[in-house]
Amino acid sequence: MGPQHPATHGVLRLVLELEGEVILNLEPVIGYLHTGFEKEMETRTYHQNIVFPPRIEYLATFIEEQAYVLAVEKLLGITAPKRAEVIRLILAELSRIASHLVYLGTAAIDLNVTSLLMYCFRDREEILDIFEMVSGQRMMHGYFRIGGLQWDLPQGFAERVQRFLDDFPRRLDEYETLLTDNLIWRKRTEGVAVLSAEDAIRYGCTGPVLRGSGVSYDVRKAFPYGGYADYEFDVPVGSNGDAFDRYRVRMDEMRQSRRIILQALRGLPEGPILVDDRKVALPPRRELVRSMEAVIHQFKLVSEGIHPPAGEVYASVESPRGEKGYYIVSDGSNRPVRVRVRSASFNNLQALPVMLRRGTVADVVVAIASIDIVLGDVDR
Amino acid sequence: MAVTGPPERGPSTTLGAGTIVSRAGSPTEATEADLRALESNILTTTVGRVVSWARKNSLWPAQFGLACCAIEMIATAQARFDIARFGSEAFRASPRQADLMIVSGRVSQKMAPVVKHIYEQMLEPKWVIAMGDCASCGGVFNNYALVQGVDKLIPVDVYVAGCPPRPEALLYGFLKLQELIAEPTHRRRR
Amino acid sequence: MTRPEDVLVQRLGEAVVEQVRFRDDLTLIVPREHMLRALEIAGSTGFRLLTDLTAVDRHPAQPRFDVIYVLTSVEQHARIRFMVHLAADQTMPSATSLWPGANWLEREVFDLFGIRFDGHPDLRRILMPDDWEGHPLRKDYPLVEEPVEFKGHTPKVPSEIIPKSKPKLL
Repeated sequence: MGPQHPATHGVLRLVLELEGEVILNLEPVIGYLHTGFEKEMETRTYHQNIVFPPRIEYLATFIEEQAYVLAVEKLLGITAPKRAEVIRLILAELSRIASHLVYLGTAAIDLNVTSLLMYCFRDREEILDIFEMVSGQRMMHGYFRIGGLQWDLPQGFAERVQRFLDDFPRRLDEYETLLTDNLIWRKRTEGVAVLSAEDAIRYGCTGPVLRGSGVSYDVRKAFPYGGYADYEFDVPVGSNGDAFDRYRVRMDEMRQSRRIILQALRGLPEGPILVDDRKVALPPRRELVRSMEAVIHQFKLVSEGIHPPAGEVYASVESPRGEKGYYIVSDGSNRPVRVRVRSASFNNLQALPVMLRRGTVADVVVAIASIDIVLGDVDR
Repeated sequence: MAVTGPPERGPSTTLGAGTIVSRAGSPTEATEADLRALESNILTTTVGRVVSWARKNSLWPAQFGLACCAIEMIATAQARFDIARFGSEAFRASPRQADLMIVSGRVSQKMAPVVKHIYEQMLEPKWVIAMGDCASCGGVFNNYALVQGVDKLIPVDVYVAGCPPRPEALLYGFLKLQELIAEPTHRRRR
Repeated sequence: MTRPEDVLVQRLGEAVVEQVRFRDDLTLIVPREHMLRALEIAGSTGFRLLTDLTAVDRHPAQPRFDVIYVLTSVEQHARIRFMVHLAADQTMPSATSLWPGANWLEREVFDLFGIRFDGHPDLRRILMPDDWEGHPLRKDYPLVEEPVEFKGHTPKVPSEIIPKSKPKLL
């Protein structure tokens, strides 16, 4: 099942050994999208590296940026101001909804529910409009900065998000009506691509793949970051570990994301959006007129970049696919020695042969859709 | 009797604009403009124009999404930006049934032979749009792992810049490709 | 209530050569011979999820490689990191006997760094093409940047625009 295939969600190659329709052996071959991100990020400064993360996991772009920026901030030992943290959280949760909508649309169209792809992308367009409003770009934003954000929110952001979220439950209910009680959907996804909790942990799976199998592990609850500890939300967990459970988990996650965003919007504080440390973040423009130190700091930051202390940190976030971690090694210079991207899809994809033991060819499509891989994340 | 200047253009007749009228009895030199005017009168080129019109209005892309640009390509095919109104109703899964390859995304070293293989599987006439910076020139990534632009592997007709290009940008590139196809056959790249 | 990391450090005893605490992360430096045993003990102390397995090239410093294992305990919400200093010609024991999920992770380390894992069922390249020569993430492997072609002027390649500064050790 070659790298160019409509149902592989990207350039994934599967070598299947079949006996009729039954799969005897399945081997995923990856690397068709290997971009050398990790090596590329070793040759740039920490600030220049902000453009790379959204291109790794291109469906949940703000979450990816948040992961990198949080890792560098952890290395520096600083935290962004509260307002910046909450804005990052809102945009990350919107990213999660956008990513799950793509999952829903593509999983549905793989099983020939063609109208859902149109509906989900229509909703995703509204979220992308919000992203464009905030950062200027639909997908590869470059909006987060080490120590905060690039600029403050535009006027009308809260109303726009509120308007989207007000209508969202009705739409989700519509999509659920199409699928959840649909006999064909249930027959094709229930009992298919089953992964037991034990296997999921042994293969290092995280995210909806792990939670669909019954293990309640969500990085937002286990290692709270970026202000998530202040908000109330549930972590949906499945029980059977089949494709249907993963579908239910993602649908519920979208509702929980909406819940988080509403709480965050209500409690959005005023204040600065960039940390005050002149060794990390650029000084505000009006200070450049008055203060010589500010000019020097600006010059140093732009021409050399930040110099984090020597050391290693690992920081992770909950991406729609699972645990997305950044392991950054610094030697005190302006470039990282090593940036390791712990990608959720890479580990989740390893469990595919286990899921499809004695499955049929038709189940392969369902299984790949239910893991929700992003090949940029797998191959980096 | 000597001819002092280029043959003057006569009034339009039913044969087409710019019919050449030369002075009686004098040898004339045919200029480039005259040749063009002559071509527009010949029947076969008119058929060529009709065929080009039909081809450009029903370009069926092959599903060739590689990376992030593929998501914008899917968005272009969806309800808001609707590439189907320009004729691309069906994105074909098999390259043998497609006549347009939109290379959307970065081409890695491992993927390069596959791209070439799929391009060769497409039947003539075929066109290629290099969508995005990575397909045009390697984009942000100037390293060991990527082919710096898909035009190192296959001939490209239209380059659409952007990282990723907006759906409107892809549609603009698409329309430019349609203009390219609409021109008379002999002036095509091949 | 003792933290799971401390319980683990106690159980590991002399296997741990050094403990590094930096920004709420605990890294245990373990010699290569004790690594598999340490992973086993960690697995039985609740750190059942192998989150990551990677390497860092410290060239030209010796020993050349650091092999990193990140383990998570999903029930107790704890995370631990093991680090093994490895010379360029040494091999590592494979963790696939403990976690089948280490399979692709070790293949990736082999592909990008050239570190071999003993006991791995199928050690071959995973991200680069099968006939690729060299291990890209090593420090002596160049980035292979192509400068833009201009007439009469060769601009800087992107990685040279802001050159690497000297380490500022505070």
